[in-house]
Amino acid sequence: MSKITQPTREEAEVAKPLFVPIKRRSFFMYAGATAGATALLLAGCDDDDNNSNDPNLIDVGSGDTGILNYAYALEQLEAAFYTQVLTGGYYTSANTNAAEKQIFLDIALHEKIHADFFKTALGNNAIQGLTPDFSAINFGDRASVLNYAKAFEDLGVAAYNGAGRYIEDPKNLVLAGKIVSVEARHAALIRDLISLNTFVGDDVVDFSLTSATARQEKSKTPAQVLESANLYLAPGSKLSANSFK
Amino acid sequence: MDLFKIISDIEKVDPEVYERFDTRRRVFKHMSGLGKKVTAATLPGLLSAMFQKAYGQTSGLNADIVATLNLALQLEYLERNFYQTALATTSLNLGSDAAAIAIIRDDEIGHIAALKQVLGTQAFNGGNDVPAAAFDYTAGGKLPNPFASTANFYATAQSFVDTGMRAYKGGAPKLMSNKDILQAALNIHSVEARHSSHVRMVRRGGLTAAGSTTDQSKPKSWISGNENGGPVPAVTAPVYNAGNPATDFPAESNIMQAGVNVQTNTTPPMNQTITTAAATEAFDEPLDADTVKAIGRMFRSNTTLGQSLFA
Repeated sequence: MSKITQPTREEAEVAKPLFVPIKRRSFFMYAGATAGATALLLAGCDDDDNNSNDPNLIDVGSGDTGILNYAYALEQLEAAFYTQVLTGGYYTSANTNAAEKQIFLDIALHEKIHADFFKTALGNNAIQGLTPDFSAINFGDRASVLNYAKAFEDLGVAAYNGAGRYIEDPKNLVLAGKIVSVEARHAALIRDLISLNTFVGDDVVDFSLTSATARQEKSKTPAQVLESANLYLAPGSKLSANSFK
Repeated sequence: MDLFKIISDIEKVDPEVYERFDTRRRVFKHMSGLGKKVTAATLPGLLSAMFQKAYGQTSGLNADIVATLNLALQLEYLERNFYQTALATTSLNLGSDAAAIAIIRDDEIGHIAALKQVLGTQAFNGGNDVPAAAFDYTAGGKLPNPFASTANFYATAQSFVDTGMRAYKGGAPKLMSNKDILQAALNIHSVEARHSSHVRMVRRGGLTAAGSTTDQSKPKSWISGNENGGPVPAVTAPVYNAGNPATDFPAESNIMQAGVNVQTNTTPPMNQTITTAAATEAFDEPLDADTVKAIGRMFRSNTTLGQSLFA
């Protein structure tokens, strides 16, 4: 993969984990007076500003094409990550469990299938091939690979779930749905590999039993997602999604 | 209590708050019309009515949304009672996985609560709970008792989680007229997929057991092909087969996505091969409401309430 760049020390220090605080938005807002009260409690939360109209960023575009490009970008990132996993010391080690190797090979194929599918489906409307920056990741270390795999998969699920509301063509909504559940399957298994029975966790799912968002995935807006994803994209490949606020 | 300060604060987390009150002007109008009657005693009631109007949509749900969410609700009852019964059956030794089944059970409890809040009085069974007695988890004797062995339990659990995942996926387009409800349903859909992943992992023998594309009793965490019909094909094949129409609801073995053959379209990474299995695994498929109901009807009991399920 010629697109994968070698890390520099400076970039490695800048790189941070993908776990950014959830900025709560409005999808709990359909359930009546209780939800209104919840909004009151959340009213004190800060709302970060996200970059906009930065000429150094690649904007994913607008409409369904923009959402599909957004998905294409995330799939490129995932596909590049797992492709690099396949050549890394953790995956190639004779000591690595055969079942785990099968899991990572399967996921690498799935993500490449997703990325190449979007590239073909978008045709001339596709954004450019992106250059990742994985300098923060130690591909020889099981824990590093698993933790970043978890971060990328959970981010992907939150991204697709948060993008659904912007999709105009029902066929594209179903298409996104066909993929997000596979990402969720990946995320759950990776999480179980890290710590058994964490396939659902309160970092990604609202653990309330009674609220309007009870036991639902914490979806993220495109701006929130790209803030994380851009940490793993090289300069010139970082993204914006200015049409989706 | 400064009402306008409160609304202004809400706006910080919910920029659409004024739209929910129709318009800012309408809020003022609403208030001013009642101005003389507003006292310390009536204010809480007035506030509640305003928020109910702004955030509650029970009266405004269209028929598609009601039908789609009620089908989801019935599937959630099917699952919650299934896991609850398993956890209460002491002879069924779930071992360390009991904790996981409790998480899944709790997820379904939360989904039921959320769906009922949206549906209000239009919720299935008048919003009343649907107990385990409404279900027959042997599908009229066609399946072995799922609470008699862990093998039986995980086999049936797999069928339920995969049906639920396909049902939410198929129902999503019918929710597009209400973006908040759509988003909530998507946020449930992915949780169901997480359940499926875990249940399949336990069923194949745990984290160190490799999945198989030929032995359905050792499922991967993702749906591979048509799963050879699933645990008991006479009952479970519809869980993986095409719905109706098949062009919109293809079988899980589908490899054509938006006109693209995703097997031949893909350049494999690192000298690997894109197998047909991988091409099917990379995409889950939706199922239509009628096919989901037909699957559900296999699992209802002969009680009056049971017979009203999945109608």
